[in-house]
Amino acid sequence: MAGMTIDAAPLRQSQPRDARPFIAISGLGKTFVTLQGDRIEALVDINVAIGAGSFATIVGPSGCGKSTLLRILAGLIPPSSGGIEIASKKVVGPRKDIGMVFQSSILLPWRTVLDNVMLPAEIVGIPRDKARVRAQELLRMVHLEGFDNKYPQELSGGMQQRASIARALLHDPAILLMDEPFGALDAMTREQMNLELQRIWQESGKTMILVTHSIPEAVFLGDQVLVMTPRPGRLAQVLPVALPRPRGLDGMATPEFGRLTHEIRGRLQQKGTLD
Amino acid sequence: MAEIAVPKPDEAPSRRLSWSARIARRPELILSPILLVLVLLFWEVIVRFFQIPSFMLPRVSNVLFALYQGLAISPFSRGGYWLNGGVTLLEVLLGFIIGSSIGLVLGIVISQIRILDATLRPYIVAFQCLPKVAIAPIIIMWFGYDISSKVVMVALLTFFPLLVNGMAGFHGVDLDRIELLRSLSATRWQIFWKVKFPSALPFIFAGLDIAAVFAVVGAIVGEFVGAQLGLGVQILSMNAQMDTAGSFSVCIVLAVMGLALNGAIRIVQRRVLFWAPSETGQRAINA
Repeated sequence: MAGMTIDAAPLRQSQPRDARPFIAISGLGKTFVTLQGDRIEALVDINVAIGAGSFATIVGPSGCGKSTLLRILAGLIPPSSGGIEIASKKVVGPRKDIGMVFQSSILLPWRTVLDNVMLPAEIVGIPRDKARVRAQELLRMVHLEGFDNKYPQELSGGMQQRASIARALLHDPAILLMDEPFGALDAMTREQMNLELQRIWQESGKTMILVTHSIPEAVFLGDQVLVMTPRPGRLAQVLPVALPRPRGLDGMATPEFGRLTHEIRGRLQQKGTLD
Repeated sequence: MAEIAVPKPDEAPSRRLSWSARIARRPELILSPILLVLVLLFWEVIVRFFQIPSFMLPRVSNVLFALYQGLAISPFSRGGYWLNGGVTLLEVLLGFIIGSSIGLVLGIVISQIRILDATLRPYIVAFQCLPKVAIAPIIIMWFGYDISSKVVMVALLTFFPLLVNGMAGFHGVDLDRIELLRSLSATRWQIFWKVKFPSALPFIFAGLDIAAVFAVVGAIVGEFVGAQLGLGVQILSMNAQMDTAGSFSVCIVLAVMGLALNGAIRIVQRRVLFWAPSETGQRAINA
């Protein structure tokens, strides 16, 4: 897309991709205690490094702790052990350099699409005029130009989720965290969204982390796929994906793509998690 | 007929439809007035045919005449509907504003502080179950026969719907919306104003709807128990003189007052809550 003026994340400009871990997760564990006093180990000893500007996907069955991992990354909940460093700074709470996309779009029904996208500006403290220009650019980038003054209820599910991606990018965060953002969409829309997300990632230069339980989606989008297994939630494998970019949907039919999805599926089955 | 029951999302074109087409789509536009005329006719016929004495059931025409008389009297006369209606309306409005705003503010504060909520909830439920009009005599004793006791009475009755609905509204806020704001490192204050308060507005308006009805009830009951002016006082004195047509006509004035109050809330609600799916859902919560 020519004429795009979305700023690349500054870190990506100063360093080559994967030069050193931008996000370093070390010894991370999370234990929940139920009201009955039972201890549930949601995450055990997660260690992984994610390079600046790269795309990491986290795949695993329900209950493997992948959403918990994402929420710890976002600083929404604290870990029980270990920790996360982003750009060499320990994560202790929500940060302004993170944008988040949730399972549902969570657009506020009393705000227009434009005002929804501008919401982070009001929280982070970006002047309204600047935020408006940026929001309009982002809406163009997610192909929602002309919908500025519509209300979210007037948009389809796919459009709502695209608007929420634009919102997550408004304050130009270095990192975009996505928690199964396309889970509620039909298969065709979902593939379309994957293509668009890849394009947005390449145009924006953000570091992106996407949680999914679709193995093909994880392989299609990721530079590396973090395979997680449940009970307790562990990182079973970190699988690099060397498929050339930009990837097209027909790339899903290549032997290499098949080999990668097969390997992940095998890894998950071996743990007896898909029973 | 099934398609008529479905509200059309875009009502604008219907404004240009002819009268007959509009009535075909919404037969109630003609059925409601016809029903009124039929009931009034039936009433008039029954009274004439069975020669019911007018102090038991006055003729429709007598009620309308009494209404005309009451409205024709000078606005400053103690016997007219303008002065008494004005006093009642003042009690209703003052009490409504005081009671509902205190109820709303307390509802918000209680719902935001868990320990306060848990401690106060049983007493709030207990008070809700108490018929508040029962304490009208005590309120009159404490605050006297002038307007202040009626304002207190109205405030008391409008306080609870806002308290209870405010609490319900703030408890029902979608946690995802709060999480979204938290992920942006929003302050408590920002979360409150940008998400919690707007999310609770449908409940708050449902509370205002109920409070508007209760407000008029509170004023009239207060005036029944003890007052110098007001439509309730007028009903009592008309009843004492067996002027039943007069009593009926005062009821019409009260109904108009209630409708006006309700209509005013509806207008604000339509502008503020344009995004809420439907009000039927919110009303069911309060039933």
